[in-house]
Amino acid sequence: MDFQPTEDQRDLRAGVRGLLEGRYGREALRSAVDAAVDAGTAVDRGLWRELGGAGFFALRLPESEGGVGLGLPEAVIVFEEAGRALVPGPLVATHLAAGVVPGAAAGTAVVTAFDLAGDLVAYLGEADAVLGAAVLPVGEQVRAADPLTPLHRVARPGGADACACVSAYVSEGALLTAALQVGSALRTVELAVRYAGEREQFGQPIGAFQAVKHLCAQMLVRAEVARTAVYAAAVTGDPGEAAGAKLLADEAAVRNARDCLQVHGGMGFTWEADVHLHLKRAWVRAEQWRTAAEAEELLAAELLHSAG
Amino acid sequence: MDLAYTEEEQDFRARLREWLLKALPELPARPSPDDWPGRRAYDLGWQRRLYEAGYAGLHWPVDAGGRGATPTQHLIFLEETERAGAPYVGANFVGLLHAGPTIAAEGTAGQRARWLPPVLRGDEVWCQGFSEPDAGSDLASLRTRAVRDGDDYVITGSKIWTSHAEVADWCELLVRTDPEAPKHRGISWLAMAMDAPGVTVRPLRTLAGSTEFAEVFLDEVRVPVGNRVGAENDGWRVTMVTLSFERGTAFVGEVVACRRTLGELARTARANGRWDDPALRRRLGRLYGEFGALWRLTQWNVSESERSGGVPGIGGSVFKLAYSHARQELYDVAAEVLGASSLSLDEEWVQSRLSSLSYTIAAGTSQIQRNIVAERILGLPKGR
Repeated sequence: MDFQPTEDQRDLRAGVRGLLEGRYGREALRSAVDAAVDAGTAVDRGLWRELGGAGFFALRLPESEGGVGLGLPEAVIVFEEAGRALVPGPLVATHLAAGVVPGAAAGTAVVTAFDLAGDLVAYLGEADAVLGAAVLPVGEQVRAADPLTPLHRVARPGGADACACVSAYVSEGALLTAALQVGSALRTVELAVRYAGEREQFGQPIGAFQAVKHLCAQMLVRAEVARTAVYAAAVTGDPGEAAGAKLLADEAAVRNARDCLQVHGGMGFTWEADVHLHLKRAWVRAEQWRTAAEAEELLAAELLHSAG
Repeated sequence: MDLAYTEEEQDFRARLREWLLKALPELPARPSPDDWPGRRAYDLGWQRRLYEAGYAGLHWPVDAGGRGATPTQHLIFLEETERAGAPYVGANFVGLLHAGPTIAAEGTAGQRARWLPPVLRGDEVWCQGFSEPDAGSDLASLRTRAVRDGDDYVITGSKIWTSHAEVADWCELLVRTDPEAPKHRGISWLAMAMDAPGVTVRPLRTLAGSTEFAEVFLDEVRVPVGNRVGAENDGWRVTMVTLSFERGTAFVGEVVACRRTLGELARTARANGRWDDPALRRRLGRLYGEFGALWRLTQWNVSESERSGGVPGIGGSVFKLAYSHARQELYDVAAEVLGASSLSLDEEWVQSRLSSLSYTIAAGTSQIQRNIVAERILGLPKGR
């Protein structure tokens, strides 16, 4: 048993991290936030195509279909990096649409999904298609909590059908979303640790105080447990493990962002710090594909089965 | 990134399973927790069986008498023995997991020959004399003194939280050999015979009502200088070697057991109707997800140590923090499932609930573990 990343998987991570640091670093992120607030749009089509070109969406398509021919473990590594960089857009839905919706694999199409319960859809205004749906519904834009996740309220094309649109994708959608959450959770640990090492109070870095140290340590524990769960679910492809991974990753991303905000003190409550962007996106993702309640019910059913 | 076991590992598992099927029915009845001589005999008997079957010291190096098994094989061993309901390492845990590996790594040829075989054969029991009444988490502030007198050290002081002290033959003892040195220096690691004159053991009663550990008083106890492992005043470094053996695979069997307990709880809740409570059902579902992840984290840590040549990694602190909390949560949920019967000590799991309270304290409190994670993994500055 060798449950550690292979050389190729490490290289893949390094490549994607390098690409995103160059193409979507902090300045790009902040100007995207400004643009989103002004125009209500968040998807950078140029970046989308570059991600497509790098194989981000076609990663799991067979090479015979123009894809990269890799598997879920590679996909979660790549999505973890996108979560770290806070790349906006319907990454998961477009990835799942590769080979199904024309242009998705290459990143020339933006594909969203009815992955939120209720009547809200993310990125509808910029989408070319909705995964599994024949037509693009008309929606009315609402004010979104996450500036980089524009939301529209739509009348779904029939309740049961709307469910069918995502049901075939829900396990993989949840797992890839969990990978995004893990990336964000690990990133907020880094942000908190860096700030705690720099910011001085009472004559020493605040990171020397146990109260701050212990917040940071728990952040790492949450992120590492969730990360392992995500990797394992990617290796096994088991829907129960994917649900468990989503549950733990949602919690890690949300709670880590909150603890990171706490470590930043007053600065954490400002628009200038990136922490709120991580927190708001984590809230969005926690509502996507599989909520905590759904994951827990699924796991409970499996548990009962395991006992019987 | 792979969770598949190699053919060799699968073969190892199959042979172990087969052996366990034969060995377990022949075991005597489990003694009560307060019957120390009975526990000693039972645990040593199991160790002897492992020895005879070639499973003793599985993870020890071959030149120390072990099997030199890979961390993954050790993981399989712990998983399968727990699944089969085999006895836990019990009274042998200090010898097999701490003192033995330390002597194997730091001892002289003579010391290895004297102390290692009896541990593997199940002839001698060790206990750990590290903690002191005024030096628990701050281990290095220990005050038990050893003064050189000819070929002996003369030792005075006391130790506490010493598991199996009542039936131990040897104690891995930390003593201060240079009171003038900075507190992490001036410490030496000794093997002390528990029947030496001047050693008094006083059992301590735990909140579970049993005597799980003891206080050990040392009144001018003479220990030969030849029983010192490592150089004089170099005991802290030797101790760090010992402690690194404590983590890693320490909780493999328990994670397996917790998952089984969770399954039993779900079945009980289904039978008594509490399963219909969505809040409780969801808590059980969440715990199932958490223990699943903890099992994967164990495999992750084992894989990592396998790549690093068997050195236990610092990931053990991350695991212990998450696991000790989840284990306590498990028994809290169990109490909710079982209602008032959770007040009866006749229920075996109630004993487990009580003992789970030690998990955030023993082997480095959660607070100490968080400091370790923050300082050694995250690189935050040392505080006051």
